[in-house]
Amino acid sequence: MKLTRRKVLAIGTGSLAYFSLCGLPAFASLADDAVAELTGGAEIEEGGVTLTAPEIAENGNTVPIAVSAPGAVSVTIFADGNPVPNVATFKFGPLNPSHMASTRIRLAKTQNVIAIAQMEDGSFRKAQSNVKVTIGGCGG
Amino acid sequence: MASGVKRRVKVPKKAKAGDTITIKTLISHKMESGQRKDKDGNVIPRSIINRFVADFNGQNIIDVTLEPAISTNPYFQFEAIVAESGEFKFTWYDDDGSVYDTVKKIEVS
Repeated sequence: MKLTRRKVLAIGTGSLAYFSLCGLPAFASLADDAVAELTGGAEIEEGGVTLTAPEIAENGNTVPIAVSAPGAVSVTIFADGNPVPNVATFKFGPLNPSHMASTRIRLAKTQNVIAIAQMEDGSFRKAQSNVKVTIGGCGG
Repeated sequence: MASGVKRRVKVPKKAKAGDTITIKTLISHKMESGQRKDKDGNVIPRSIINRFVADFNGQNIIDVTLEPAISTNPYFQFEAIVAESGEFKFTWYDDDGSVYDTVKKIEVS
């Protein structure tokens, strides 16, 4: 599809109207608070957990993500631009060898998706990925 | 949302002992986030699946806590290691108190 100036303007105003309906303002600090609540203020190291998310998601209603964290007890996913930053917590049982899982999530707008893994020794690991969202999934 | 909930689970029928198998699960559910408003401006109350558990012969594989940010028709893919024949049990817990479950058998040689 060739983008004409008219189409670009139409898309622009359309998405503006869409975002203004999103209700609650979302701040990064909400996600920071949620992460702090999980870790209890403990230090978070990078690495040890892999988060796979698309760079650009056309539809924020279903964004496929995958996490993998060998040696982790649980992985919690946060989205720092959503009205509620918590997305999901995966607890891995004894029969799960790879400690990986994938699902589909909603993202209200372009934002960071954060995976915090709690390791067996009680330490926390982090992975982060920025996802650009073309159409938000907040529902308006 | 107690009726018309479809559970779809993909598990191989056969496997070798010690194999790692991939499991895919999906349940049809609208996952109302509690953020949306109807045309009169009233907030539509939250109604989601809030927990999903997968077990094999009573041992846990994965236990997921879901928040409203999980998409409509929650889908999960994960892996499990199987040592003997048995039954997979998948359970979904709804906000309204309903519990949906499904069982799949696997033959391990």
